[in-house]
Amino acid sequence: MEKENAVLGRKTLPPQEETDVSKIVPINRQSFSDKLRAYMKKPFSFVVMILVMIAAAITVGAVLWVLIYTLARGIPSLKPELFAWEYTRKNLSMLPAIINTLFIAALALVISVPIGVFAAIFMVEYAKSTNVFVKIVRMAAETLAGIPSIVYGIFGMIFFVEVCGWGTSMLSGALTMTLMILPVIMRTTEESLKAVPDTFREGSYALGAGKLRTIFVIILPSAMSGIISGIILGLGRVVGETAALIYTAGTSAYAAGGLFSEGRTLAIHMYILSINGLYEEEAWATAVVLIALVLVINGLAEFVGNKLKKEYN
Amino acid sequence: MTEQTMQAAAAVKKRTKIAWKELLMKLVFILAAILFVAAVLTICIFIFAQAVPAVAEIGFFKFLFGSVWAPNNDVPSYGIATMIVGSCYITAGALIIGVPIGLLTAVFMARYCPRPLYRVMKPMTNILAGIPSIVYGYFGVCVMVPFIRRTFGGTGSSILTASVILGIMILPTIISVSENALRAVPKSYYEGALALGATKERAIIFTEVPAAKSGIMTSIILGLGRVIGETMAVVMIAGNQTAFPSSILDGVRTMTANIVLELGYATGLHRGALIATAAVLFVFILIITILVSLIRKKAK
Repeated sequence: MEKENAVLGRKTLPPQEETDVSKIVPINRQSFSDKLRAYMKKPFSFVVMILVMIAAAITVGAVLWVLIYTLARGIPSLKPELFAWEYTRKNLSMLPAIINTLFIAALALVISVPIGVFAAIFMVEYAKSTNVFVKIVRMAAETLAGIPSIVYGIFGMIFFVEVCGWGTSMLSGALTMTLMILPVIMRTTEESLKAVPDTFREGSYALGAGKLRTIFVIILPSAMSGIISGIILGLGRVVGETAALIYTAGTSAYAAGGLFSEGRTLAIHMYILSINGLYEEEAWATAVVLIALVLVINGLAEFVGNKLKKEYN
Repeated sequence: MTEQTMQAAAAVKKRTKIAWKELLMKLVFILAAILFVAAVLTICIFIFAQAVPAVAEIGFFKFLFGSVWAPNNDVPSYGIATMIVGSCYITAGALIIGVPIGLLTAVFMARYCPRPLYRVMKPMTNILAGIPSIVYGYFGVCVMVPFIRRTFGGTGSSILTASVILGIMILPTIISVSENALRAVPKSYYEGALALGATKERAIIFTEVPAAKSGIMTSIILGLGRVIGETMAVVMIAGNQTAFPSSILDGVRTMTANIVLELGYATGLHRGALIATAAVLFVFILIITILVSLIRKKAK
């Protein structure tokens, strides 16, 4: 071996001593004081780092401030009579408003889910993305998503309340909300349809299924969790909406009796309580219920949406 | 005909039946997509059909640049210049507060945040996005307005108050869109900058942020759209005076606030003027949507 090395011109190393691995200091690891010393030499980097930390702290602080303040003011004011079946001037019950909210949300979803999902199916499964019509539809969806809620409110008032003659009612409110949540449902459905691998489609065609059967039996069930998460997001938007509903769904404090009777949603209930000035406690209690509803809804959407990611990654 | 051909004919019939169903459903899907375009057109037509006659009666320049809004006077005057200015002031204020904080937080989330902390912070910013605007408004009334009044004087309902609250409201939009844009920058940009001797901060600010420029611009414009369209929070905290502000501690009325305050009892030309205000708002949003799509096109 040694001879061979000498012939080849290699140096033979003396047999190495056993080194204690734990004593080796990795040179690519910086300790805190190393970092501090490095930052002191580079004041610009130090300032940027501090600014980034401060900004993150402000963001966290803002979330905690709004959330904790609302909870601290609202939770002590949650009294059982706020959830009485009938609204009276004395108990200011929010239960009728909650019922109206759910009514409008259910109605809006029943109308907007098929339209939004079908439109998304067209955009992903049928149309080529270079198609002019597809571009127009996409532009329309983006415009719908950007229109301020008060403009929806005015349109709902002109069109559903007056032109269609339905008055301020559950139906007018729900149709206005339908327009608002259509782009949300379409976008999330589109994304989840795109996430379904092409092999699913090819496999289905190879087994002799038609396009329609492939869509309804293979693709939609695979994309279901994404679609549901979009639906839940839309629901959250309806629950939090005020400006679009004041002039379309009305402000009556009682539970709506049917499609054509008016009633306030929870957010409008809170608005009316808060501009009054006398009902501070009740307004905060309503705020807590509102936030809790929206957070549960959004959390649910995220949970269901994450399930989709796990399935294909 | 033999039995075999009968069977074949039946099979063909069945096939065509299925094809009919396919065609029908395809039509339904197309119809659903057309509904989107129809919805936008209907909204445009119905708002502008009522806005244009009203603006024509008031006078285009008198409406846009008139500084007196007095619908209840004997000689009513409908000028929304003060509200356009009010909307612009509050939008600018909210962006001045929201954009630097949001952008730096996005940098933190994308490049500094350790994983366990990220798992807490991401849902937190989502919570901020989920809180309804009416709750922000009421929080502003009960916390921010008294705070500004005590610290800076004045009534407390001011441009500054509205800017702070709206600045918080747009944080989640700016953070999530900018963070995604920063994460989409190839890792090699960062590594290359480090290899050239830049510090981590220099690498982020001078290579990654410029590379994510279009995403960051999109986030800012989306935030801008949200502020211009915001109604309930602004109505409660901005003071709603129809006069030009002389300082940021003066109250202003935005276009959205004007609509929601007066639509309930407005009639005739007054109502027309309010709908025209909505039309102006609609045009603002259209411009913003077009800007966003232009930026996206450029990025591609």
